[in-house]
Amino acid sequence: MSGIWVVVEEREGGIGRISWEAVAAGQKLATLTGLAVNAVIPGAQSEAVAAEVAVRALGKVVRIEHPLLAAYTADGFTLALQQFFEAEKPEYVVFPHTYQVRDYAPALAARLGQVLIGDVVAIGSEGTAGNTPVFTRQLMQGRLNGFYRHTEGGPCFVSVQAGAFRADAIETGSAEVTVFSPAIEPAQIRTRPSERFRGSAQTVDLGSAQMIVSVGRGIKDAANLPLVQELATALGAELGASRPICDNGWLTMDRQIGSSGQTVSPKLYLAVGISGAIQHLVGMKGSQCVVAINKDQNAPIFEAADYGIAGDLFEVVPALTEAVKAARQ
Amino acid sequence: MLVSVEPFDTKGSEKNNTTRIGSPEIDRMKIIVAIKQVPERDAQIRIDAAGKWIEESDIQWALNESDAYALEEALQLKEKHGGEVVVLSAGPERVGSTIREALAKGADRAIQIDCAGLGNFDALGVARLLAAAVKPENPDLVLTGLQSDDLGQGQTGVILAELLGLPHASLILHVEKTEIGLTVKRELEEGWFQSVELPTPAVLTIQSGGNKLRYATLMGIKRAKTKEVRTIAAAELAPGSAPVVVLEGVSLPTKQKSTQMLPGTPKEAAAALVEKLKSEARVL
Repeated sequence: MSGIWVVVEEREGGIGRISWEAVAAGQKLATLTGLAVNAVIPGAQSEAVAAEVAVRALGKVVRIEHPLLAAYTADGFTLALQQFFEAEKPEYVVFPHTYQVRDYAPALAARLGQVLIGDVVAIGSEGTAGNTPVFTRQLMQGRLNGFYRHTEGGPCFVSVQAGAFRADAIETGSAEVTVFSPAIEPAQIRTRPSERFRGSAQTVDLGSAQMIVSVGRGIKDAANLPLVQELATALGAELGASRPICDNGWLTMDRQIGSSGQTVSPKLYLAVGISGAIQHLVGMKGSQCVVAINKDQNAPIFEAADYGIAGDLFEVVPALTEAVKAARQ
Repeated sequence: MLVSVEPFDTKGSEKNNTTRIGSPEIDRMKIIVAIKQVPERDAQIRIDAAGKWIEESDIQWALNESDAYALEEALQLKEKHGGEVVVLSAGPERVGSTIREALAKGADRAIQIDCAGLGNFDALGVARLLAAAVKPENPDLVLTGLQSDDLGQGQTGVILAELLGLPHASLILHVEKTEIGLTVKRELEEGWFQSVELPTPAVLTIQSGGNKLRYATLMGIKRAKTKEVRTIAAAELAPGSAPVVVLEGVSLPTKQKSTQMLPGTPKEAAAALVEKLKSEARVL
């Protein structure tokens, strides 16, 4: 048994914040269980990334190196990590909950007879015997919390949601870096990925907007959008949207805010008719001041909001537009 | 389709040749779409007496959103290439209504895995049931939604591929059939995409938004009543194994941020908000 292993994701030659948050989650597990935390980085040229990881308080840092891991494939990563974890026999494996991890970690866990506890937002041990960790996940689009426990035997695979653990809380240290060479044959990689590319021309940069009025399903119909546009105009704000609005083609994809769209951090974020699914919240929770208008007073968006109005947006928004106009005169 | 019948037109016979090479016989695809019935989006959530799950008795059910997109992709592929679309769903009797909806939209037949509830299975357990039902069908393609709107694990399709020994790609917005298999458009984070080539048979998990969803027509609803729905008991498919991961309980989220709720009429609330934004938050 070799403790806790955090899988660090190399991204464009660097390390994304969410991988550091996964390290922080690993350290939280270490506090609960008394096990050592280590890090592993699959890739083809990870010296620089490994060096960056090795200056943290970790037991071991291992580079899983193979030329066939240069471009991510589910087959390559599953095979490489399977071989590594079969040799190491860890108690816990912690991943950042990225699109890449979602693509292979469930298969990796299944191959080892395990089940990934994905998109975890908290780790605790309250009320359990022997400090068995309990993992909190959000269910029903964030309207319910679920508490998950891993039964005994085999590694427990966990992935953590962006923003759930504090990356800046990681202690420094110095760990030895070693290399693990998996055996992978080209024929074992069945998919051929292309280079990544941007979608349609990005014409709206919401990332630098000071104020954003964002609209969700509650608007019901494209014909009602002018209502929200008028509020945005009165405020001098950019118009943003949650995914369903862009899926329907009511607004262009470059106005989408959330995990698959833009990440924004304006001074004022005004969410209109947005329930607040996790995928949306991760894109806007860096906002300085959040206002939510929603007819359902239990909508999760209110938990992320500084100010909330529980009411019919078709009445509240026009009233707010008038109030903003009056204040601006 | 009408074919040119002019007997001495050489171009016509060439055209016939081409038709034969790319004929539906060779091109056609057998597609299985795994769908899930989930609580309707606006369903009021009450926790059950045991604190283990939500009270299901007063819930309206619907087809999981990304599964609807998976079904749409399958129907469009069938319309383009010919073949068959089979929907597959696991759950109690109520799942039948969602299966009928898929049949009304154009699926050819359905397989329902009958089990009391999915609560006793973890993601691997459910995928084992689905894999056992898929295997004897030998499909060219298995599609499923990216994740369910209730549990949101986003694992079923990926584990299914692993259990079936098939290649997979996840978060797919577009599927193109090629000579050797498929080219798919995969969504990455923050507005990036990539295309992935993979051989068939394969498993894809479909992201919502890639297509426009169709509605069932009256004719479709009528025809759905006569389509085959085969029910298989879960126990026949996979021996019951204990779950590796257990959902021990649920709770309503507690507020982490102290949200100031602004009461009153819309006009009063709006005025109060503008005042707060000016003097308290200082963002106006």
